[in-house]
Amino acid sequence: MSSSDKIKKVSIIVSKGSLDGVYPGLIMANGARMEGIEANLFFTFFGLYAVLKEYQDKIKIATVGNPAMRVPDAKGFALPTILGALPGMSAFATKMMMKEMDKLDIPPVGEFVEMISDAGGHLYACKATVDMFHLSKDDFVPQMEKVLTVGDFYELAAGGQIIFT
Amino acid sequence: MPIRTINNKPVDFDAEGFMTNHLDWDTEIAKVLAAEEGVPALTDRHMLVINFMRKEFAEKGDGPSMRRLTKESGVPTKELYELFPGGPAKKSAKIAGIKKPHGCI
Repeated sequence: MSSSDKIKKVSIIVSKGSLDGVYPGLIMANGARMEGIEANLFFTFFGLYAVLKEYQDKIKIATVGNPAMRVPDAKGFALPTILGALPGMSAFATKMMMKEMDKLDIPPVGEFVEMISDAGGHLYACKATVDMFHLSKDDFVPQMEKVLTVGDFYELAAGGQIIFT
Repeated sequence: MPIRTINNKPVDFDAEGFMTNHLDWDTEIAKVLAAEEGVPALTDRHMLVINFMRKEFAEKGDGPSMRRLTKESGVPTKELYELFPGGPAKKSAKIAGIKKPHGCI
């Protein structure tokens, strides 16, 4: 692979607020920094919860409307929607999964966001969502640098790859 | 690049430039590899990371994740990126003479 084939910059959009909606973007951004690739994260819609102070460590896995969900592990039996709807089910599944993730050194969302920021990754929030959700800068963790319009985002992403998650 | 001679000593590398036998490593080799990786001088802080990488590899057979490296070496993430610009986990592994780390984090 010649040096011109190498990816130099990625701008990753995180649009979903479930555990499996948030983590892939964080892992890819952190992985990019580990390879010396410039990384921007743009949080929009429910993905915004990953950088909201009060909520980022309350992100859960969806046990309803998730036909791939199996218990007690990935090769277990398919969880019927009606059971997934039981109170505490989502919290329980999340706890189990976080335990496995911790074994692989995948940090909780708050710690991960801090790590990516310390690694030189940049984190931004989508203006349309911030307005729609009636949020202000104080609602966000300090690692969230700036609220951006879509236009700002494209400008920032120029010359790199855009990944939507 | 398989075998190279560094300081009159034959040293074996894999295709990506990681040493294949960490026991062949010494600090003189580290200095040469560091210069090639764009780290002009190895300070005490660099050596702290390098020695931690080597200890982890000797114990577990793989380099640590960025998270463990930060937490257990006592060198914060920011500083790691300053010490080894362009990818601390891989760069420090290369200079430490251990194989390429396999984790995603």
